Amino acid sequence: MIEFKNVSKTFKSINALLSFDLKIAAGITTVLIGPSGCGKSTLLRLIIGLIRPDHGHLYFQGIEIVPEIVFSLRQKMGYVIQEGGLFPHLTAGDNVTLMARQMNWGRDRIEKRLQELAAITRFPRDGLDRFPVQLSGGQRQRVSLMRALMLDPDILLLDEPLGALDPMIRTELQADLKSIFQELKKTVVLVTHDLGEAAFFGDVIVLVREGQIVQTGTLPELLQTPAEPFVTNFINAQRHYFN
Amino acid sequence: MALLWLFISPAHGLPAPTYASTHEIKIGSKKFTESVILAEIVAQLVHSAGAQPVHVQELGGTRVLWNSLVNGAIDIYPEYTGTLTQEIFAGQGIDGNQALRKALATYGIRMTSSLGFNNNYALGMKKEMCKKFGIARISDLRRFPGLSFGFSNEFMDRKDGWPGLRARYGLPQHKVFGLDHDLALRGLESNSIDATELYTTDPEIDYYGLCALEDDLRYFAEYTAVIVYRADLEKRAPQLVAALARLEGRITSVDMIDMNKLVKMEKVPESQVAANFLTRYLSLQTTLRQETVAARIWKRTKEHLYLVSISLLIAILIGVPLGTIAAKKPVWGRIILSVTGVIQTIPSLALLVFMIPLLGIGGPPVILALFLYSLLPIVRNTHAGLQSIPLEIRDSAEALGLSPWARFRLIELPMASREILAGIKTSAVINVGTATLGALIGAGGYGQPILTGIRLDDLGLILTGAVPAALLALLVQGGFDLAELAVVPKGLRLKPGE
Repeated sequence: MIEFKNVSKTFKSINALLSFDLKIAAGITTVLIGPSGCGKSTLLRLIIGLIRPDHGHLYFQGIEIVPEIVFSLRQKMGYVIQEGGLFPHLTAGDNVTLMARQMNWGRDRIEKRLQELAAITRFPRDGLDRFPVQLSGGQRQRVSLMRALMLDPDILLLDEPLGALDPMIRTELQADLKSIFQELKKTVVLVTHDLGEAAFFGDVIVLVREGQIVQTGTLPELLQTPAEPFVTNFINAQRHYFN
Repeated sequence: MALLWLFISPAHGLPAPTYASTHEIKIGSKKFTESVILAEIVAQLVHSAGAQPVHVQELGGTRVLWNSLVNGAIDIYPEYTGTLTQEIFAGQGIDGNQALRKALATYGIRMTSSLGFNNNYALGMKKEMCKKFGIARISDLRRFPGLSFGFSNEFMDRKDGWPGLRARYGLPQHKVFGLDHDLALRGLESNSIDATELYTTDPEIDYYGLCALEDDLRYFAEYTAVIVYRADLEKRAPQLVAALARLEGRITSVDMIDMNKLVKMEKVPESQVAANFLTRYLSLQTTLRQETVAARIWKRTKEHLYLVSISLLIAILIGVPLGTIAAKKPVWGRIILSVTGVIQTIPSLALLVFMIPLLGIGGPPVILALFLYSLLPIVRNTHAGLQSIPLEIRDSAEALGLSPWARFRLIELPMASREILAGIKTSAVINVGTATLGALIGAGGYGQPILTGIRLDDLGLILTGAVPAALLALLVQGGFDLAELAVVPKGLRLKPGE
């Protein structure tokens, strides 16, 4: 689905990514995990074309992601970021349907899709007329998810989608998200720094450190055959989740 | 007067924007009462000759009027021969009316013969001082180096003013101050200065009990009152030129002192004084248009709103895109913000005067100046409003697949709307105040009664300009607060929990 080939990216002479190679398979959930500043968010921003690699190539469904086609590619991708990134001047419903309206979808089609999404994400219907500031953190993330799913994209990119939530809501939304992923059978790429989350969602976990992949595999693989001591250290630091 | 030095600019080689049409005759006057009265007499004469007069009152100083006459922004104004030879044609050694007419003709300007009186410079002191020290002639002043003088700024700077006078008579006094002419007269009264320059038709000479010192070395030039007009009037309105000739030799200096006194001391409107004169001496019945205070304020309001709204509209149309460019292109942003910032530091009067050679007098130069002043708050707030949009919002909009134009229109502009509107509000309120200066170059508005009120020392008149200006500023402020409800999206106005 997504392929990084020898991708490098530098910000102000700091290497965010260094000769990065990665293939992300379709139909499963891939979790990118690593300490803060390891470059995992940069990976998502490269995929959706918010930034360009300095070197190397990046493919989506076998097509190279270049500025000329990035607009059309984005309509096949859904993107959810930590704070939700909702437009505060639009109602929840308008946030979700903005792009569809721009693409001149019919009113009925938009309404039908909106009701579908509200049901999938278990979002209260009367909340659609509220503004983001009137919603709870968990509700805002559900709106953000609906907005990402509106055009029925082939891939869903989530950047710390639960990061800003308090623990109760977090647990609830986490469970809902997983069932949504399973139900929709979408390719999902999720970025987190939280090993518990990675274990909960990840069919494949990619551990990243300083712009390079340390190890790729399932959680048991990472536990049992760590590629280097860092893997064990990283897991041990968050061990309390599993005890 | 105090700002006259600002009005010094080249007298020729100017482009010629012409606002005067054939049937509309524009008459200018300087910023002092006698000039306004004479211009009003001319205006009523023009009306009786079947043309449509427009009296552009109280235009700064000599240079503004002369330049406006030469480039056609006005057609006629009252002038003094001494001012022409000593100020406009200074250093050209023009002597006699024949030579003066010839010099004027090279600019396409004609002048009438003497209207019948001179308004010469003189030095004046209080009568009891003259008696006490035995001073009757200017050369007597040499014996009293401790005396202090207060002169109008124009007189201080003019080639035919104080510098030449001091040189000719060898005057030793060094306590010499520049101040407003009316204040100088009050200073004489309160003994804070000992002498000032007088104009021989000042009614104050009599009123304050002053003696005019004899110019025994014949330093001061003859300031014979005349009317100067554009030569093309002879083709455009020959009957008018004939009418102007009827004024020649008809106004004695006693008449002029009387008329000045009526306006300055007894607060009779200039138009009334002018009408009385025309009835008495030329048997002309002029119909005086009596304006009620309400009608006058309404007229000034319309002029003021015109200046403010047009300039603000252009500033919005140009300022918002400039602010957007500044926000999107940091390199351009620095240039745009510093240029608009520098414009803001130009003193408003200086900026207005810079506009005269480009756009003449009246509305256009004032609108351009106000537009330039309006730019900075709008550009800066647009820039700041767009910059303050959080990165995650901008990323979300881009990641959604919206085109740059759709992102700007649907996301960035609405999100910055509150700040942009605040910038426009700031500009609008500042404009309402600054537009009062427009009266100085003939654009009317609330500044006109303020200017006239200062000249006539008439507080009531000043208030008919100042109070509406303040009210308009408040109204504009309130209007924009209401507009915020309509323009700024509801989602941005809500507070969490509402």
